[in-house]
Amino acid sequence: MNKSNFKWSNVYIVLMFVILYAPIFYLMFYSFNEGGDMTGFTGFTWEHYQTLFEDTRLITFIVNTFIVALLSALLATIIGTFGAIAIYYTRQKGRRQTILNLNNILMVTPDVMMGASFLILFSVLVPIQLGFASVLLAHVAFSIPIVVLMVLPRLYEMNPTMITAAQDLGASHSQILSRVILPSISSGILSGFFMAFTYSLDDFAVTFFVTGNGFSTLSVEVYSRARTGVSLEINALSTLMFLLALLLVSGYYTLQVSEQRRKAKLQKRHKAVLDI
Amino acid sequence: MNSKRNNLLAVPYYLWIVLFVFAPLVLLLYQSFFDIQGNFTLNNYVNFFTSRNYLQMTASSFWYAFLVTLVTFVFAYPMAYFLTQTKYKRLWLMLIILPTWINLLLKTYAFIGLLGQTGPINEWLTSMGIGPVQLLFTDASFLLVATYIELPFMMLPIFNSIDEIPSSLMEASKDLGATQLETVRRVVFPLSMRGIRSGVQAVFIPSLSLFMLTRLIGGNRVITLGTAVEQHFLVTQNWGMGSTIGVILMISMVLVMFLTRDRKDKGALINE
Repeated sequence: MNKSNFKWSNVYIVLMFVILYAPIFYLMFYSFNEGGDMTGFTGFTWEHYQTLFEDTRLITFIVNTFIVALLSALLATIIGTFGAIAIYYTRQKGRRQTILNLNNILMVTPDVMMGASFLILFSVLVPIQLGFASVLLAHVAFSIPIVVLMVLPRLYEMNPTMITAAQDLGASHSQILSRVILPSISSGILSGFFMAFTYSLDDFAVTFFVTGNGFSTLSVEVYSRARTGVSLEINALSTLMFLLALLLVSGYYTLQVSEQRRKAKLQKRHKAVLDI
Repeated sequence: MNSKRNNLLAVPYYLWIVLFVFAPLVLLLYQSFFDIQGNFTLNNYVNFFTSRNYLQMTASSFWYAFLVTLVTFVFAYPMAYFLTQTKYKRLWLMLIILPTWINLLLKTYAFIGLLGQTGPINEWLTSMGIGPVQLLFTDASFLLVATYIELPFMMLPIFNSIDEIPSSLMEASKDLGATQLETVRRVVFPLSMRGIRSGVQAVFIPSLSLFMLTRLIGGNRVITLGTAVEQHFLVTQNWGMGSTIGVILMISMVLVMFLTRDRKDKGALINE
């Protein structure tokens, strides 16, 4: 009885994974199609990859996307980390909760609303030309709360007596920050950066609103091309993006596994203390 | 530790809160009181609540978001539960996360091919003798693609919450003679409510505003509030009306958050 149950659950898992991956593999498969569209595989070719690499317009947008993602993740990580430290040191509970609530507003705002309200912001309060700067600012803005949420738990896991000890030993403010706090929350900072990077890479709606003429990112370009029809160049691009995502996910996985090990070690230590 | 110095370093963060959290909300509300000529008016709100069109759109937005949430939940819960029972579950989890890192537009684009007149699904239907059917630009196709895209976001929090349940509870339930189904219903399900709640929030809110899907897959047959906002801001340039819909969307979002919030006090009572 139990054994047959187990089998059915495996069938379900496999089926769901097939559903999850079928569209992606479908795209990748036809990127090698000699025929012009996504029906009827007529023969193998690298042609679409060649067109992709010769399409300077698209390459520019890909480079833009990565520059924005890297820069915005970097800025958001710096701002968010210091924000998290400030929240950690806020003594009044009510005030801390208010800041946290404000922090989380953008996390639950629908993308369209974020895009629209940023568009108003950039045309009324912060009058900058729509383009690279506005897209970058918007991406920094929606990445900051993610970084804060990734860093804050690490701060609470930190042993506060370390800071007291450092103070007693005469460490200055910047020494405590760079030698005690930052090293012990580094894993949180790293995963915050990672998340911010992928959020930025994946964003469409916000960018769509605040991008001006001439500047575009990958998702906005795919959107406008998809509206005009199928082009296998986009399939070739999907294959490359999938490989990149695979790389990023394995990076994230190793991060998580090492985190898991760290936690297990911590738990062991706790247990050892309890046993004594 | 000197908290003044900390606050000094956090100045950019506070500036961010003021400029990008607080100001946009205020500006959105402010803008919603102006018509297309820039005159102060309450007409946008009057328009919204008296127009059959807008009310219908709101209703269908919520209906579709509800359907997407329900369908993803029905498919995601068993998957999440089964995965917690497997070996190497962290690895499987990563395989669920992986598709979320493929650009949303690329996944949508895949469905344009899959559901097209000569796509594989129609080819299969033709071979079955049902003939090519219009799949793209229908309500069902919108629902299908939205569900596909949101599925991992429902699975992840549920997986995490089930994974956190101590296995001793499930063993105890089994020892006391419960079948697997009873264990799931009486032990696993109530204890994973938190994950369900965050899954519902993570799916329902974005589903209200998937304007790119309504354009590319729904063929403008399904118009959501998100589509209307995009239309007013970027096509007709009627920012006032767009902001009004935005304000209403924000209010309904807060309502959803409130209704699905973690009622800790109540939970504690039940536990006792």
